Amino acid sequence: MSLFGKYPTANSSESKCKSARPLCALTYTLPLIASTAFAQTPTNIFDPAGTPAHDIFGLSMLVLSITLSIFLIVGGLLLYAVIRFRHRPTDTDREPAQIYGSNQIELSWTVIPILIVVTLFLTTTRVILGTEAIPKPASAMDVTVIGHQFWWEYRYPKLGVVTANELHVPISDPATPTPTYLTMSSADVSHSFWVPRLAGKMDVIPNRVNIMWIDPQKTGLYLGQCAQYCGTQHAKMLLRVYAQSPEDFAAWINQQKQLAQQDFSGNPAATEGQTVFMHNACINCHTISGTVATGRFGPDLTHLASRDTIASGPIPNTPENLRKWIDDPNSMKPGSLMPAMHLNDHDLDVITAYLTQLH
Amino acid sequence: MEAIDETTTPLQGRRPLNVIYEWITTVDHKKIGLMYIVYALIFLVIAGFEAILMRIQLAVPNNHFVSPQVFNQLFTMHGTTMVFFMGMPILFGVGNYLVPLMIGARDMAFPRLNAFSFWISAFAGLLLYFSYFGASGLYAAGSAPDVGWFAYAPLTSKAFSLGHSTDYWTLAVFLSGIGSIGTALNIVTTIVSMRCKGMKMSRMPLLVWLSLVMSGLVFVAVSPLTAAQIMLTLDRYLGAHFFDTQAGGSAVLWMHFFWIFGHPEVYVLVLPAFAFVNEIVPVFSRKAMFGYPAMVAASVAIGFISLSVWAHHMFTIGMGPAGNTFFVFATMVISVPTGIKIFNWLATIWGGKVIFAVPMIFCTGFLFQFLVAGLTGIMLSAAPFNWQLSGSYFVVAHFHYVLVGSIIFALFGAFYYWYPKVTGKMMSETLGKWHFWLFAIGFHLTFDFMHIPGLLGMPRRIYTYEAGRGWDTLNFIVGIGAIFQAAGTLVFVYNMVRSYYKGKDAGHDPWDAWTLEWSVPSPPPAYNFAIEPTVNSRRPLWDIKHPEDPDADYE
Amino acid sequence: MTTTASRIPIDGPIETPWTLPYRGNIGMACLILAESAIFIIFVVAYIYYIGKSLSGPTPAQILELPIFGTICLLSSSITVHLAVSALRKNNLRACTLNLAGTVLLGAIFLITTAREWYHLIHDEGLTIKTNLFGTTYYSLVGLHATHVVIGLIMLSLTLAFSLTGRVHEEHSEKLEVLSLYWHFVDAVWVVVFLVVYVIGR
Repeated sequence: MSLFGKYPTANSSESKCKSARPLCALTYTLPLIASTAFAQTPTNIFDPAGTPAHDIFGLSMLVLSITLSIFLIVGGLLLYAVIRFRHRPTDTDREPAQIYGSNQIELSWTVIPILIVVTLFLTTTRVILGTEAIPKPASAMDVTVIGHQFWWEYRYPKLGVVTANELHVPISDPATPTPTYLTMSSADVSHSFWVPRLAGKMDVIPNRVNIMWIDPQKTGLYLGQCAQYCGTQHAKMLLRVYAQSPEDFAAWINQQKQLAQQDFSGNPAATEGQTVFMHNACINCHTISGTVATGRFGPDLTHLASRDTIASGPIPNTPENLRKWIDDPNSMKPGSLMPAMHLNDHDLDVITAYLTQLH
Repeated sequence: MEAIDETTTPLQGRRPLNVIYEWITTVDHKKIGLMYIVYALIFLVIAGFEAILMRIQLAVPNNHFVSPQVFNQLFTMHGTTMVFFMGMPILFGVGNYLVPLMIGARDMAFPRLNAFSFWISAFAGLLLYFSYFGASGLYAAGSAPDVGWFAYAPLTSKAFSLGHSTDYWTLAVFLSGIGSIGTALNIVTTIVSMRCKGMKMSRMPLLVWLSLVMSGLVFVAVSPLTAAQIMLTLDRYLGAHFFDTQAGGSAVLWMHFFWIFGHPEVYVLVLPAFAFVNEIVPVFSRKAMFGYPAMVAASVAIGFISLSVWAHHMFTIGMGPAGNTFFVFATMVISVPTGIKIFNWLATIWGGKVIFAVPMIFCTGFLFQFLVAGLTGIMLSAAPFNWQLSGSYFVVAHFHYVLVGSIIFALFGAFYYWYPKVTGKMMSETLGKWHFWLFAIGFHLTFDFMHIPGLLGMPRRIYTYEAGRGWDTLNFIVGIGAIFQAAGTLVFVYNMVRSYYKGKDAGHDPWDAWTLEWSVPSPPPAYNFAIEPTVNSRRPLWDIKHPEDPDADYE
Repeated sequence: MTTTASRIPIDGPIETPWTLPYRGNIGMACLILAESAIFIIFVVAYIYYIGKSLSGPTPAQILELPIFGTICLLSSSITVHLAVSALRKNNLRACTLNLAGTVLLGAIFLITTAREWYHLIHDEGLTIKTNLFGTTYYSLVGLHATHVVIGLIMLSLTLAFSLTGRVHEEHSEKLEVLSLYWHFVDAVWVVVFLVVYVIGR
């Protein structure tokens, strides 16, 4: 009794699609790879700008070439098999030869993968040790990173600087490296520090200290964002790393070390704004060094006007935006932990005038 | 001699209330299996809808389609539903239906436990979705969980998760865990204690072997999650400090406990997919499975090794070189038995006469896609590479390649293969092909392109993203694919419903297959087998159909 | 026209008698495996947090070895074993007596635990909230005690059936399954005892 009359055999439309598959595969894999490799985007992991990211890039190219080869070989064999061994209408009713196994073949396809695994494992271990197990150079700079919901706090313990949301580091010359070591922990929930062009990510976890290092080799702004879900505004906890020449970095440090400007003679709005600020609940959450504002729950505002963005990256630091933020943070970053301060228009104007003077 | 009653009660003669009562009180493994499957399909559609909402929100940067709070609930509910209320139930349902039939048994070992496990899982799913109506109600997505499907501490502590969103997650998943353990217990006991005469362990169909391994994994995987959830609830309500970092507790401890569950869990989900492919590929290649003993050994090895790889989900938490290296090694090792399985499938097809009926088309898709999924898994296993890729859309693309590209494709194949047995009707081949192509195109549009934003630095679980990072167009394409997948799924549901009424009669054995379930009528009578079978080989029906060349001569 | 039964393979060489394990034992073994995994996680948490409490009483300061309770619980394993062997030999009276002994010894164990907890809470000020030691101690010992309670309920029901003459020799397999659970509960106590009262102090 022929069973092949019961359901359709491989018909021509299927075989056409299946033989076109390698072409389809090629025409869209290569552009995919190309677009990734050459995309000039600020967070491309395949565009490293520092040693850790560079080492990872090297390893990833090896891994990609091994996996691509496996894909082409095994995928190619599969494709060949489903085309070559199709049932054809001209076939007889006889079943094909029943083959139950073959020790030699099975042994070979056990041994070869084991060899591949060993190679990959050894290469991977070398990169792990090269990133995590190297001694810290004496010339390294230390920054303490503290993750908060939903902003980043940076402290430079040996340089006496505290700031927020914009990390400045000196570039590192490969001949005489000056990496920046980030000692990281969290004040609340788990976060993750990820600036793809500089290094792999490292989680920022409460009650735990994690250490990573970066060494950007070209000046510029490197972008990233928090990579561990930490609550409502996880998406807007952006990272901005400014790699500066040693001179520029020293100048920045000098500026940040200063106490906050307190004399605003010639700017009555700012003077009044300072008074309003110091008499409001602002001082419970924010620090402005040299004043009565010593709160640590929110970002340090001593040099707020020196930053390009507010709210940890998504909002440009302009007076209009700043005023709007202070009026109602949740209208710009819903879920932000800063409450609306319910200030009247006049107070908002003068506080904004004050804060925009804090260079 | 054949004094066996083959009549079935005609449906028309029975009152609706009687039918409902029969289904609610049934302990028959076939009916329970079907209830699991229908229940899971409903959740598939709901969770798929949640995915579409997310893709609309992410189609353009800084979109305002849903608020961040709602988005965070959507990805939590999508993940939790798909894993616990779609994946587990549907695979338990198919296993429930098939395992007794494949081993020549009349039912599962503990029929009432079977029913209990189903109903507690069903209740758990309803509880999870009731959360949408709690607190501020449906529009604001109520108290639906918003802590991510892995609910990391201390985000889930009372301090950072006010309200009950975490509690709905904890309780619903806890109850479904109890149901899972119950069903797994049933499957193991059935396989060990209720095989028909002559069916030694070495003669069981591979689907039965994989169900055994999967159930064993459930015992040692789901329990740690249950324990961790008890700890979390003690923290939240009795002031305990298991994960309270302010009191010296450890956030990392939750991660270890969760992933000790989480990694074997994904093997619990994928082993049944392997099982379906193991049954379908030989039948449609018209050849015995190549290397049955190696397939069994590989499956058991995968089960054991999967218990040792969990911290590859934690490469970024700073375990240090020793910890990282160990887990790199274990993860790379597991690729060896997994690869062996792919090669054995390839060798089964090789030299065969492949018939591309719809079940086989889906399994072919599985083979290519599982290969890719495994390879992206190898990429992720290299810890430094993982330091870039973890927590990004590359990981999301990888695991959807496994969950959708491999498991769902194999599951669709299984539906088309066993539907005739369950209902007595054939599904439409034409609609099946429409289903396949719509779904496959959608799958590739979504999940192929999804790898790239990950490589370009896009993290996961973000409700929106900045323009100018190169992610915009890619996210848009990903969203288009979702629509194709939805269309394919609708064609599938239509096919199932229509074929029930208008499909061709299937008879006992429409595919000319070789395992015991094809020896009983379609649908099987309540008692499964009129006479307890006796088997002498792995393919008892092959021996009957080919008495001149039985399997028993060779293995 | 072939009918149903003849499609089912029924012929074949007669192998050695086809016996498979009793499903009750397999089912209980699975349950024990799953429960062991749960207990192991609580034990791991306990061990991980040894010495990490930020404040409050430490185990060395306030824990005393619960020798009497332990002896009672471990003896109850012997009595339940005797109950099973008695039932296999159809010695219903011995079975009932041993079941009663098991329930009694288990109840004494629970009482000693209750008294210990009363002392710890009221005299030493240790609650689940106090510190990491309190959290891990009460949850681990409490989880075990819960399992003892469940076992005692099952054993008491069996005792009641036995007293009313409803338990017979053909139920010995089922009683054995229950006794497996009870042995498991005792084995867990051995581990808890070692980890909490010996190593942890």
